[in-house]
Parts: sequence; structure tokens; C-alpha cells
Amino acid sequence: MSDESKPMKMQMAITGRGGQGVLFLTKILTECALELGEEVIASEIHGMAMRGGSVISTLKVGNFRGPLIRGGQADLMLVLDEGSMEAFTYLLSKKGTLLLNAETSRSYPCIDATGLAAGMGSPLMANLVLLGFALRHKKLFCDYPLVKSVTERGSPPRFKEENVKALDLGFLYDGEKKPR
Amino acid sequence: MKRILLGNEAIARGLLESGCSFLASYPGTPASEILSSFVEMAKAEKSRAIGEWSINEKVAFETALTVSYTGGRAAVSMKQVGLNVACDPLMSSAYTGVKGGFLVIPADDPGPHSSQTEQDSRMMAMMAKIPVLDPSTPQEAKEMIHLAYQISEDHEIPVMLRPTTRICHARQGVECREIPPLSPPGGFSREPNRWAATPKYRYLLHLALNKKLKTIREKYGRDLFCKVLGGKKARQCIISSGVALGHAYDILQELNLEDQVALYQVKMPYPLDAGVLLDQIEPYEEVLVIEETYPVIEMQFAMRGRIKGRMDGSVPNQGELVPDVMVETIQAFARIPIEKKPVPADKMRRPTLCPGCPHRSAFFAIRKAFPKGIYPSDIGCYTLGLNLGAVDTCLCMGGAISQAAGFYQAYRMQGEVPPIIATIGDSTFYHAGIPALVNAVHTGAKFVLLILDNSTTAMTGDQPTPGLAVLADGRPGKAVLMEDLIKGSGVEYLKVIDPYQLEETIATVKEADRSARSENGGVSVIIARHPCLMSPGVMKKQKTFRMEVTEDCVGCQVCVKDFECPAITLDEASDKAKIDPHLCSGCGVCVDVCPTGAIRKC
Repeated sequence: MSDESKPMKMQMAITGRGGQGVLFLTKILTECALELGEEVIASEIHGMAMRGGSVISTLKVGNFRGPLIRGGQADLMLVLDEGSMEAFTYLLSKKGTLLLNAETSRSYPCIDATGLAAGMGSPLMANLVLLGFALRHKKLFCDYPLVKSVTERGSPPRFKEENVKALDLGFLYDGEKKPR
Repeated sequence: MKRILLGNEAIARGLLESGCSFLASYPGTPASEILSSFVEMAKAEKSRAIGEWSINEKVAFETALTVSYTGGRAAVSMKQVGLNVACDPLMSSAYTGVKGGFLVIPADDPGPHSSQTEQDSRMMAMMAKIPVLDPSTPQEAKEMIHLAYQISEDHEIPVMLRPTTRICHARQGVECREIPPLSPPGGFSREPNRWAATPKYRYLLHLALNKKLKTIREKYGRDLFCKVLGGKKARQCIISSGVALGHAYDILQELNLEDQVALYQVKMPYPLDAGVLLDQIEPYEEVLVIEETYPVIEMQFAMRGRIKGRMDGSVPNQGELVPDVMVETIQAFARIPIEKKPVPADKMRRPTLCPGCPHRSAFFAIRKAFPKGIYPSDIGCYTLGLNLGAVDTCLCMGGAISQAAGFYQAYRMQGEVPPIIATIGDSTFYHAGIPALVNAVHTGAKFVLLILDNSTTAMTGDQPTPGLAVLADGRPGKAVLMEDLIKGSGVEYLKVIDPYQLEETIATVKEADRSARSENGGVSVIIARHPCLMSPGVMKKQKTFRMEVTEDCVGCQVCVKDFECPAITLDEASDKAKIDPHLCSGCGVCVDVCPTGAIRKC
């Protein structure tokens, strides 16, 4: 992505349990791509799977026409629920990054997003904590100021301040241990 | 201006931009957000366009079609199996034709992700003899609506737009136009030979329909078949449509095959101008047709010759065409080695009823009352009663009641009828349960019907039912009470209970079965009424408790396995139940579920 002469191309996946805010993150990231003037197409899961089952969104930035990702092609995966992770790790490319919401992990960089979000009184904001963590790792096609402004715009007024706070918890997180 | 829109939002926007005055629908994944977005966008633009949640798809179709009879532009949307319910008016309306532009928008679900079948609605368009457009992205879906209305109005014919899950639930930057001021329908012109045609005139209407199709094929067939990729060296080509086209485009580029294999898009799979297609694909030695989910384009080639596709097994005949499946098909076609690819682990969390879901306690009570019963059920969140072992059948909307009657008739011949406890949701009861109930009462069937009334269409995202005094756009409507309908159907035994009261629910199910079996018994109906906790405001009004597991827990797992609450798990270290306070809704029902009294409110 650092090579400015090449056109932007990035494929990513976001997974978790229904109700954890996978769709909200997908929405924010597609809006960010639009702001950057990039082509973007994403795929979401609605319906029965959302009742506590594993859900996945895929998002492709650049010259793509189909919204889905083949196995081994995802540059980045954000995993909100460790229990839903294994079903989808086949998507991750060999050079790809997986960022995980968990207290500890042997294999992947992780952050206790649910715990941190619960600490500020709203465990449902773990999604934004993890998004902040991805920005901290500089693994997204967009940067912190853009995500922050899009998050503010996309939040209902009563959640605006809290949402940015959650994003910051991940972005400013300094407790990361290296995966063993 | 470009806006990020969900496919369904793009369709709603396209309808409003094209001057659609009336949209009717019944909720169903993946189509639900078309109507809700239409209503929201119309409100935001202060448009007079009306969106209606109808009682079922047949009623939705007939109502919207009639707006078109009066000259207004109209549309009906539903999930693909919903079109089965509306099949009767669909077939007939192709013959009568329309006045104002009329679009039929069934959303197909290859996979299937959230449906009973993978059926292909384009086949229904063929059977009805109406044109169908097959969009490959949300942007294209919106553009196609403008074209579809033009075809519909120019030729006085219903036109189908067939999106699939991956269009409906894709999100993309979509170019938006102004929404023009609405011109209301002009009015009805009597024309009995058409609108009320007898069989003699139906023949003439069929003749006229065939002429319309021929004209449409000749006028649009060439323009709606276009080259998307392909160099001059290509000896092979792929013909595709819908989202499969998008996947083919990405795969050909990723494999650097774009010089070797050309890619063409069919935007209107029916009526297909096969002559035009055969001319254009003349230079290619081999042709592969990739489409979802049935071989609709493929079947229209009269001579197969070098054509490959589903019909010769080159493309799988079931399952969604996800890129991982398509890449193998394309590699085999291009005669390049099939790469080994990572295989998905079968480790998905299965969907479950939410913590605090009133259906869970109702199903638990049914199992407690009659562990050896037969449990016909129906379509909705409560199909997940499967996890509690309290759902034996799930056929189609309203099927639970007719199937309960069918079980009764079958066992009556044997002499001994087991307890039959049918379950159906409130929205499904209104949709297709009423005729089935009237029929069961009339024919003397004896069983227990438990209506799971959570006062919403929950599975599809909280759409109002006819039992509520509110319409799709928030205006007041008249609530039609199910108690009145049930009594009016001739049911003698009717009780209303709150399924959170577990003991009372178990006792009522037993009593209802006794009543059904009594000399003058028939269908005993229990309404298990408790609002869905996902509906706005419900959690705030409900009394909630902080729950704890005491030392008395013996690790029997009744709460984990039989009650299957997602908030309760077995703590392996202590071999006792553990309640996750983040997931727990605090409903307190588990207190009555625990056989050792080890769960309490603190």
C-alpha cells in the first residue's frame, strides 16, 4: 500500500457473532473508501445467521466487481469473536494480518476489546476498539483522522462521544504483548 | 452524487427516482430492506409515494398491480419463495398486462443463506413470459430499474428485476439522481375484455403477450448483451450474469487470463436473443455459461455444441457460486492447473434464539409437557426451536397448521394419535395460517396450536404485523386482533399466556391437549404472548434480574443443553454452570428451568 504509483487494491474481512457490530464497521469502512475516492464493494450477512451465529463481512477496495473474497486473498482480518475465527481464517493471505479481540493469543496480535469497552460501560463498542487497534497497526487503507470523522458522522448524536472514545481506546492501546 | 448504499437501498432509491408511487412487500431475507428503505427515503424527500407491508406476497402483488392498472408506476418486492405465494397473480398479470410501469422484484438466495430453496426466479419469469433483468452490482440494480420501467410501460408488461443475496446485501458507492415530484395515478379505464377476460379473450391476450416478447427481444436483446473483458487472442469465452459476473471479472484478472478468456454479460436473461449471442460468440472455440442458480441462459441455446455450463456439469448444479467455487470452474475451463486452496473449517457458531427470547421458554415448556409429541413448526426465528428439539418440520409459510392436521389424519387411521403441538409465529399466522386454521377446524382435526406472538416480524428485522396499530411508514393502522380471527374460525379452546411463566405454560399445553382430545374437541389454540426483546423499548419496560449460580449446581447442564440459553455455559474448571453477565438479558426464566434450584435472582 505504500507504493503510491500502484493503484490501491485491498481485500479484508470482518467477522464476529451476530449483534457484535460487524455491519457497523463495514459501513464505516465503505464510507471511508468513498471519501478517498476509491471504488469499494462489500458483502454483508443478514437474516437468521445474525441470531448469535457467526457472521462475516468482506470488503474490497480498488478495481473489483464481485463483493466476495477467495480463500488466501484477505490482506486483513478483524476478528471480534474468537469462537467464530477458525471458520474464516482460510480467507487470510499468507502475508495478511489478523487482529483479534481476545485477552491473549498464541498466534495473532490481540486486544481485549470487549473488556476495554465494558470498562467504559458499553461492551457492545468492542467493534470500534478493534477498529482503533487496526489503525494503530497501520493496516487499513485509511488513516485515523478519516475514520474518526466518518465514525462521528455515522453515529447517532447520543453515541458520538462514546464511539470516538472506544476508537481511541484501541488506537492508543499500549498494553499489547507480542504473540508467543 | 455518489452515496454508499446497500443493494436494497439502491433498489429503493431507483424506484423513487423512477417515479414509483406504490411499493408493497412482505418481509423476507434478503429482500426486507427494500420496502423499509423506500418508506424512509420517501419520508425524507417528503414524497407522497406509499410503501406497504402487506399480509402476504399474494396480497402485496395484487394491490401493487392494481395501482399500475390505474396508470401509476408500482412495484412489489419479496424473497424468492414469496414469489411462490404470489405465483397466481404473477401468471395472470402477464396476460392482462399493465398500464403504469410495474416491476416484480423477487430476491433470490443462492446458498441458500436464509431460505428453504435455491430456486431461480428468472425461471418464474420465463414461465410467466415476462422479461427479467439480472443486475451484477447495486449500482447496476438501480440503473436497471429505470430501464425496466421503460420496457414495462412501452410494452404494457410486468418486468422482473432479479437481485440475489450478494446484490441485496452488498454495499457500494452508487451514483444518485434527483427524486422527481410524484405524479399520482391517472385513474382506471374500464376494459373488461382485458381486466376481466374470459378464456376466449385469454387466448387473444396470450397472442398479444407473445408479440410483446418478440418485440422486446428484438429491441433490447443486442444492447443488453455486452463484452466486459477479453483480448483479441481469446479462443474461449465466458457468458455470465448477476453477481457471478463480478466474481468472474475479479478471477480472470487475478489469474491474468483476461487475454485468453473473454467475458460477456447478459443483462436480460429472458427473453434472450440467442441469434445475437451466437453471432457474437462465433469466434470462440469454447463457451462457458456461469449464472445463478439454474441454467436459464444456457437452456435458451437451441444447439449446445461447444456450450458448457450447468447442463454438462462444468458448473456445479447446487450451492452458491462463491469465488472459491468459480475459480476451479474457470481454471478447468481454461485448462490451467487447479491451485490447491485453503479449505474453510466447519467451525461456525450456529444461530440460536437470543438470550431472554420468549420462544425459548415456550419450546422448553412444550418439551416438558409432551417429550414424545410431534412438533410441526414454521418459518421465522422460532425455526431455531430445532436446537431445543421442539421443531420437527418446517416446510413453508403457514405449513405448520396444515401439517398438524395432516399428522392428525394420518394417525387417526392408525387409531392412536400422539400429542401434536404445532408452533407458528404471529406474522406467519397472519400471512398464511388463517386458511389452514379454518380448514383444520372445519375438517375436525384435533391438535394443539401454539401461536408464538412476539408482536413483530422478528427474523427479518422488526417489521409491523397486521396485529399492530401501526403501518410501514409509522402512520396509524387498524390492529386486527388474532383472538377475533381465531374465535371467528370456530375454535372453542383459546387461552392467552406469557411463556415466561414456565409452570403455567406447561400446565396450559397439557390442558389444551386434553381439551383437543375430548369428545367435542378440535383445534386448541394457545397464544404465547411476550414481546421480542429486540424490539425498541421492550427491554426498558421489562423487569430484569441479576442472576447467579449457587454452590448447589451439580453440572447437569439442563440449562446449557435443554434450555440452550447462549448466556449460560459450563465452566469446565468447576464443572458448574456459568452465566455471562454481558449476554444475559436478566429474564429470570432459568430459575424455573434448573432442576436443583441452583440458579437464583440476586
